[in-house]
Amino acid sequence: MSEAHQPIPLLRTPLHKFHVERGARLVPFAGYEMPVQYPTGILTEHLHTRAAAGLFDVSHMGQIAVRPISGQLEDAARALERLVPIDVTGLPHGRQRYALLTNEAGGVLDDIMVANRGDHLVLVVNAACKAVDLAHLRQHLEKACKIDQLPDRALIALQGPLAQAALAGLAPAVAAMHFMEVRTVPILGADCEISRSGYTGEDGFEISVAADRADPLARALCEDSSVMPIGLGARDTLRLEAGLCLYGSDLDSTTTPVMAALEWTIPKVRRAGGSRAGGFLGAEIVLRQLSEGAPRRRVGLKVEGRAPVRGGTNLYADEISANTIGLVTSGGFAPTAQAPIAMGYVDNDLVTAGQRIFAEVRGKRIALRICDLNRGGQSQC
Amino acid sequence: MLKFTEDHEWLRIEGDIATVGITDYAQDQLGDLVFVELPAPGATPEKGSAAAVVESVKAASDVYAPVSGEITEINQAIVDEPALVNRDPMGKGWFFKIKISDPSQLERLLDEKAYQAMIA
Repeated sequence: MSEAHQPIPLLRTPLHKFHVERGARLVPFAGYEMPVQYPTGILTEHLHTRAAAGLFDVSHMGQIAVRPISGQLEDAARALERLVPIDVTGLPHGRQRYALLTNEAGGVLDDIMVANRGDHLVLVVNAACKAVDLAHLRQHLEKACKIDQLPDRALIALQGPLAQAALAGLAPAVAAMHFMEVRTVPILGADCEISRSGYTGEDGFEISVAADRADPLARALCEDSSVMPIGLGARDTLRLEAGLCLYGSDLDSTTTPVMAALEWTIPKVRRAGGSRAGGFLGAEIVLRQLSEGAPRRRVGLKVEGRAPVRGGTNLYADEISANTIGLVTSGGFAPTAQAPIAMGYVDNDLVTAGQRIFAEVRGKRIALRICDLNRGGQSQC
Repeated sequence: MLKFTEDHEWLRIEGDIATVGITDYAQDQLGDLVFVELPAPGATPEKGSAAAVVESVKAASDVYAPVSGEITEINQAIVDEPALVNRDPMGKGWFFKIKISDPSQLERLLDEKAYQAMIA
């Protein structure tokens, strides 16, 4: 008997019942059944997160422990530096950094978080990249590190200007946490690994909790009147508005950190002239692009008019030319700005910041203005 | 006379003019609308061709001409405020009026009972 043609059943997160009870519309995402929105709708969920606090189930993301076989964390940190162009050995206990896993061509295999937890490192990776990342880490680090996916952990993000107040109601210690700090904090009797971080452009926290304690924690957080559950639809518009990349759309194995305008993730110590310059996969290409530039570059795009310009749309220098100068990789309606915005890649030698270019939507050329993407903040249009 | 299409449009037919919009089911499935593009008055779409475009936060969708004919009037209010379609899809959120060129096309449309059965 062959089961090769059976569809693979979707996985559920520990908050599945929570989503269903709140009337979430569930869709397949990276092999999981995930809430795309609740009855409130994406616009309301987006604006609520910017104004108050949103609770996101991001349990589909991978949580991976990297433990040094020698027992010395520095050995694991040095080993991981062969795969990510960041300063892992200089990462203090209780801190995390954003990092790009690169391949031999300098392309991005995944964008991840790396946290120093004292005797080991914890990586948070994209859901769709989990299996590939695990294999990659094991292939390159097996001599120095033990690599384990943390089983039975949920991940809840609480984001927005009132996130601290809401979480401090259950765990007062979080009020003293700095951006990108990571701590173990007990909440409702469960040890939670909390980082002050997120992916919405807002202040907030990501809370790793034992799977069987996730549902009561989510319910307790939602008892605070400022907290509303938010689906993946608003998560996407929030990160787009903040100029943050979605792996698979804005980043992939053919985009380098420099093309992606993410060279700020690479510290001096890993650049030419630094004490640990290079030494990561694709370093030759990435370091060369750091000094000479890359052939194409990710930019923010402000759309004139009201028609959304979506990912996959071709870009042109003028209203008539048939030659494309780039491609939109993410785009849509920005609820905070009440206007369409986009990001995409343009040929570096053909465009300049502030230049007016065109996208073709349903056979019509729509004007866009190229704007900078600043570090983790709103795109600068 | 109120009729429906399998593409989740409604038509309110008065004489040879049909007022066309999308159903409550359609607006709910689309989610929050943020952009509407309507045909120009005087345009003559064929039945089944894309006559209007709606975009939600998530995606763009075509609205098809449910019958062939000439566009006589459009609802500028939904262009200025797409959320009107979500709030009142069968009323203030109408899309356009079309002068029906081939009344026999009406025979293929669904009545309300058949439409409700289809989406149930």
